[in-house]
Amino acid sequence: MTRYILTRLSSLLISLVIASIVIFGLIEIIPGDPAAFMLGINAQEDTIDALRAELGLDASPIARYFAWVSGMVTGDFGTSYTYRTPVTEMIAERLWISLPLALIALALSTLIAFPVGILAASKRGSITDTVIMGFTQLGVAIPNFWFAMLMVLVFAINLRWFSAGGFPGWDDGLFAGLKALTLPAISLALPQASILARVMRSALIDTLDEDFMRTARAKGLTQRQAIRRHALRNAMIPVLTIIGLQFSFLLAGAIIIENVFFLPGLGRLIFQAISQRDLIVVESVVMLLVFAVIVVNFAVDIAYALVDPRLRRKA
Amino acid sequence: MKIKTLTSVFALMIAAGAAQAETGLIVGIQLEPPHLDPTSAAAGAIDQVLYSNVFEGLTRFGSDGSVNPGLASSWDISEDGLSYTFYLREGVIFHDGTEMNAEDVVFSLDRARAEDSANAQKALFAGIETVEAVDPLTVRVTLSNANGGFLFNLAWGDAVIVAPESIEDIKTDPVGTGAFKFSNWVQGDQIELVRNEDYWGTPANLETATFKFISDPTAAFAAMMAEDVDVFYSYPAPENLPQFEADPRFEVLVGSSEGETILSTNNLMEPFTDVRVRKAVAHAIDRQAIIDGAMFGLGTPIGTHFAPHNPDYVDLTANSEYDPELAKSLLAEAGYADGFTTTLKLPPPSYARRGGEIIASQLRAVGIQTEISNLEWAQWLEQVFRGKDFGLTIVSHTEPFDIGIYARPDYYFQYDNPVFQTLIEDLTAETDPKKRSELIAMAQTIISNDYVNGYLFQLAVPTVVKAGVEGIWPDAPTQAIDLTAVSWSQ
Amino acid sequence: MKTYQNIVLGALLSGIFMVAAIVSFVWIPYDIESLNIAERMRPPTMVHPLGTDHFGRDILSMVMVGARTSIAVALVAVGIGMGLGVPLGLAAAAQKGSLLDEIIGRGNDLVFAFPSLLIAILITATFGPSALNAIIAIGIFNVPVFARLTRGSALSLWKREFIMAAQVSGKNTVRISVEHILPNLSNLLIVQGTIQFSLAILAEAALSYVGLGAQPPTPSWGRMLADSQTMISLAPHLALAPGLAIVFTVLGLNLLGDGLRDVFDPRLRRERT
Repeated sequence: MTRYILTRLSSLLISLVIASIVIFGLIEIIPGDPAAFMLGINAQEDTIDALRAELGLDASPIARYFAWVSGMVTGDFGTSYTYRTPVTEMIAERLWISLPLALIALALSTLIAFPVGILAASKRGSITDTVIMGFTQLGVAIPNFWFAMLMVLVFAINLRWFSAGGFPGWDDGLFAGLKALTLPAISLALPQASILARVMRSALIDTLDEDFMRTARAKGLTQRQAIRRHALRNAMIPVLTIIGLQFSFLLAGAIIIENVFFLPGLGRLIFQAISQRDLIVVESVVMLLVFAVIVVNFAVDIAYALVDPRLRRKA
Repeated sequence: MKIKTLTSVFALMIAAGAAQAETGLIVGIQLEPPHLDPTSAAAGAIDQVLYSNVFEGLTRFGSDGSVNPGLASSWDISEDGLSYTFYLREGVIFHDGTEMNAEDVVFSLDRARAEDSANAQKALFAGIETVEAVDPLTVRVTLSNANGGFLFNLAWGDAVIVAPESIEDIKTDPVGTGAFKFSNWVQGDQIELVRNEDYWGTPANLETATFKFISDPTAAFAAMMAEDVDVFYSYPAPENLPQFEADPRFEVLVGSSEGETILSTNNLMEPFTDVRVRKAVAHAIDRQAIIDGAMFGLGTPIGTHFAPHNPDYVDLTANSEYDPELAKSLLAEAGYADGFTTTLKLPPPSYARRGGEIIASQLRAVGIQTEISNLEWAQWLEQVFRGKDFGLTIVSHTEPFDIGIYARPDYYFQYDNPVFQTLIEDLTAETDPKKRSELIAMAQTIISNDYVNGYLFQLAVPTVVKAGVEGIWPDAPTQAIDLTAVSWSQ
Repeated sequence: MKTYQNIVLGALLSGIFMVAAIVSFVWIPYDIESLNIAERMRPPTMVHPLGTDHFGRDILSMVMVGARTSIAVALVAVGIGMGLGVPLGLAAAAQKGSLLDEIIGRGNDLVFAFPSLLIAILITATFGPSALNAIIAIGIFNVPVFARLTRGSALSLWKREFIMAAQVSGKNTVRISVEHILPNLSNLLIVQGTIQFSLAILAEAALSYVGLGAQPPTPSWGRMLADSQTMISLAPHLALAPGLAIVFTVLGLNLLGDGLRDVFDPRLRRERT
């Protein structure tokens, strides 16, 4: 087991190193000079050079790469070119919006998907099943930003129940914050809930066909009891895997929704940073997200290996 | 029923918000400032929030673009125009309690023109030879050449007076002399200012002023409609303005700006080296269709690179009337009877993106094919402005009185005309107002007759204001939202 | 029975837009290259069945040409994913446990770890927005999907008797992979290809919505949505037509994919009987 963890750990490290090189390299060749952007069209060349020196952009790419990586190892993501504040602080601040948004969306998606998926599975082949599956098909097919636009039209512009965008800050109270996150969370949750409901249904159907389920039914349990006591637990593995994947997707994939609703989260930070050529912020946030995904994958692998010893040999 | 209670709860919340706003003002603006130092970045958002409100210069812009006394109450100019003596106001203190005196002025101007200065408008200070403190309230500035626009230059946001004591943290904690003090910055959302009770001049009416950053036009519309903001300065979607005009809760101010919106042409790229081709482009463009289509009717047609509200403006639009047939024959004359293909690079603002699609279709009608690419500002700066790798581009030149850029052959549209260059030199040295007007008129005519660029329209600045807010500047002589005289009507 | 309903409905829904895209090459109701500002934002009428957009162009014609853009981008992107992913998956399966297998596996994980939309944005920020770069950005993320799928299914085939027989007869691994493994994967690849195709259409819409896809004047559904956003309170029909076009196409392809899977997968078929 230790050996398995060690090999996985080393490949994790290699992945991280490659990811950092890819990200840095890609951002290095992005056209557009941060200093020139900040100083605008009337700036003189010597002013731009002075600012480049001040930002540390005159060092060689290799030196900057190592400075960046060694900083990250100690938790220092550098200083934003445009805002002149530590990137770590900026990320922490934005996480206070992105993280709750992702969590609310995930909670919504799970709350919708579980009962719906279970219902569809237990009434497999019925009208209910067909209708539910039809809706989930629709949910998967609707682009979330379009759904968001329609919700803004209905709930923000016409009914005025919610503001169309922006975030008042958690200082204005929990209610105000949650209210601002409601429409974005729903737009994010809709396709995720549809996917999850489909996974839930098919995982349940798979387990319903297993021998132990037949035994359970033979013991005299009703279908509902059998599902609750036995099938659900067994269907949980694929479902939890999807939930894990969805969480990292929601964290990084909220970019467009954050833009539609104008939420100052991580996604909009990246968008803004790219257009302002605040490259150090772009690098660090992308790296952080990649790091999160790689570590989650690693944790899932290890968890599987703990549960199922056969998997270890595969490594 | 349930829905009804919910809405009434929200209605209550909105009402509570409105009642609170009577002593404060929430201003929506499109962009967030990258930091809070107007003297080391070009970002207009910094000036919008801080100019005149928090920071002041020796001179300041009035709402009509005039140059008025600021921290200097008066000044003397020597006979030869080379020496300016500024007399500073007494009893001006910075927000941190330190006194504003001649040393601060020397520090500010020296810092702006220093070798390692990061001032985005360093050229404003280029003619300064020395800055010296004569006594604590007198500063003498000596120029190397007479400069008719020097007082104008000092009114720019890039020339505000800062203090050496607080310069270290200026980017996050700006300390100025203005009627408002910086209070708080919620990054990504808003900046709050509070009234400076120790202001040297007439104190502000508002107790607080909050700038909220909303760049998305849909969000701007909804925020205004929900009365989340009291004023939206430079409202981003002209298509929504009729809805505000029809609503008694709001008022729409359409002001003039210094933004000449032009179809910039690479004068060194084939076939634009041929004046007939540039003339053909000018006649192929239907300005009114662009103003209607891209700006929903907002904007004044221009025929040269000069602001129509300026008394020295010459209307030269007749020089480039919409005449596709003439354009085709000009192209044929220049040897492009079958047209040609060029690039059209468009920066993000909607005047460029929408205007670009319209112009592309108009040019196609006379045989000129364009390859459109939508660029971010950083890409535009790199490729078009610095790299000069473009055929055509659309951009609004928002700097006031910037016809002098046509005298710089290395400027991105690369117009090189020695006659024009001499003219601008003469203009800079000239101090007699009447002669200046003549020279300015000549300059406008030369670039119009040379069809240097396609002159489209003067950008209008629409501001949506909640009924009851008074004193908002309708026009934008500079990128500032001066709130010092704004109040709520009783 | 239901399976064929899915296939028919799916083929119909997505087929409408495929046909519209093909027809648009030879005929569209109105010219979309010339603008008519005076006729802008007209609601649907007999003359313009879907109304006109903010430049006075006929929305039906725009949606038809937009279908061409969306389908072409998605098709090529999935093609790239398949073209690279399938050989990689076959190679990894043929040399299971080798260094090559490990590299391909880790490479797949790595690509999966990158937030796809973000990388697409970075790519277009670097190389400029264009349909081609949208294709590349979407294509890259299709490679590991096909590589993993191919590897997994090929591995189980390698254990089958007819493959062992081929090995005994002296065929090398490349020949076996191409002649025996690949044909047996075709159903699976068709199903997955359909699903990926629908995902690619969604991705293209998202990219062009944020302005990173095909550039004007080429219409695309995503950009039509972006253009209509500020006018949604004035003329909701501007946002409706391209949005529904995306939904119907994606829905159709998903139904088609699901239906095909049910037909091809004997295990599921048994379950129904």
